Amino acid sequence: MTDEPLLRVSALSKFYGSRVGCDNVSFDLWPGEVLAVVGESGSGKTTLLNCLSTRLLPSSGTASYRMRDGQFRELYRMSEAERRFLMRTDWGFVHQNPADGLRMTVSAGANVGERLMAVGDRNYGKIRATAVDWLSRVEIEQDRIDDEPRAFSGGMRQRLQIARNLVTGPRLVFMDEPTGGLDVSVQARLLDLLRGLVTDLGLAAIVVTHDLAVARLLSQRMMVMKDGRVVESGLTDRVLDDPRAPYTQLLVSSILQV
Amino acid sequence: MPTPLVVSDVAKSFTMHLREGIKLPVVAGVSFSIKAGECTVLGGPSGAGKSSILKMLYGNYAVDDGQIIVTHDGGLIDLANASPRTVLAVRRQTIGYVSQFLRTVPRVSALDVVAEPLVERGEEREAARGKARALLAQLNLPEKLWALPPATFSGGEQQRVNIARGFITGHPILLLDEPTASLDARNRDVVIELIAAKKAAGVALLGIFHDHDVREAVADRIIDVTAFAPGKRAA
Repeated sequence: MTDEPLLRVSALSKFYGSRVGCDNVSFDLWPGEVLAVVGESGSGKTTLLNCLSTRLLPSSGTASYRMRDGQFRELYRMSEAERRFLMRTDWGFVHQNPADGLRMTVSAGANVGERLMAVGDRNYGKIRATAVDWLSRVEIEQDRIDDEPRAFSGGMRQRLQIARNLVTGPRLVFMDEPTGGLDVSVQARLLDLLRGLVTDLGLAAIVVTHDLAVARLLSQRMMVMKDGRVVESGLTDRVLDDPRAPYTQLLVSSILQV
Repeated sequence: MPTPLVVSDVAKSFTMHLREGIKLPVVAGVSFSIKAGECTVLGGPSGAGKSSILKMLYGNYAVDDGQIIVTHDGGLIDLANASPRTVLAVRRQTIGYVSQFLRTVPRVSALDVVAEPLVERGEEREAARGKARALLAQLNLPEKLWALPPATFSGGEQQRVNIARGFITGHPILLLDEPTASLDARNRDVVIELIAAKKAAGVALLGIFHDHDVREAVADRIIDVTAFAPGKRAA
């Protein structure tokens, strides 16, 4: 374990005109830590995720990321090319809709291999072997490697998107409702897979979800957002078992028991 | 030997914001310490706040007031005000916890559920599984269940998985929330043996046991939690 965070976020705000996206969000994320950001739609959690992953520029505030050489770099001062490089190598982004994160008209193997080529791999045999290995890690049969994701089920597409993101060995993965829109049985399998991969690889992750069960299973820490602001944060089990903010109490009390 | 855990003047209440903000006081003025090699038992009727005290010591419940000083990693930490990251480190290295109910994770086998805390502490997976097998055998969990996820197990079977998971590590402090509640006599005796072994190894245990026989067998000291009832504070 390192004594320095991987990501430092300070007073991050994003306004759309006079409307608040997210307001004054600060936190540190350490290597190997999974942070869940929960809240209802419109709470600002996706805006926050998009700002952190530099897909969107904030109105104010800073976020610095510890590069592989140990130096902190201010994300919003990097050049577009530097940010793209980070996104392709050291980061992953798992979209709720796999079609947003995959190329639907090239094969599953190419979807995984493409990320490897982006970081400079050129050996076809090695790229294919790595792709096969990653497909098996996300439980996709080897004989599907040449199929296009269009021919895959929703759960398979999501697993393929995860393989595509993790193949380059990222240190930080952003996930936007990774199990949203999937059947519950498919969700459970995906969650279990994600949980195993995150632990085995020691990934840091920021997971946006409106599903408190997903947060409980995947994350150690949690931030609850409402109207763009963080209303409560802390250890995931503490926030869920002893919610203190009125809004968190409402969320927790609204979970259906089965 | 240093005192591994000192609780001083801890208070806890719940504010129910969805019920016009009524405040439910749970405990106040909680002060005690536990000793290495001893099993301290929290006594008192249901609702007196025994479980809440254990949950505060594990960082699972927030603390309104007071201090929980734990000896961790060569220093002292106040758990009542520690950052989430520190609480996680304390849970990994210093304070273990056997809850009343097992929280199961889909598709993870009983064996790996038990081995996980050791793996988190950096032990090699196969070695951890070896220790997990030994403990599950000692707790008489049928071997055919080891490879299955515990979600479908009976209450007593889940409880034994939970106990094995809590006892497998060498945490210097171990919190036990009714670990024998759904066990038969034979397995209760195994838990009594496990607790005796922990005491001999210098572990400080703090537990809740409603079972009179178990309490008699393991307790070195009983703390009456009704003394910490809110509004009943002696100066």
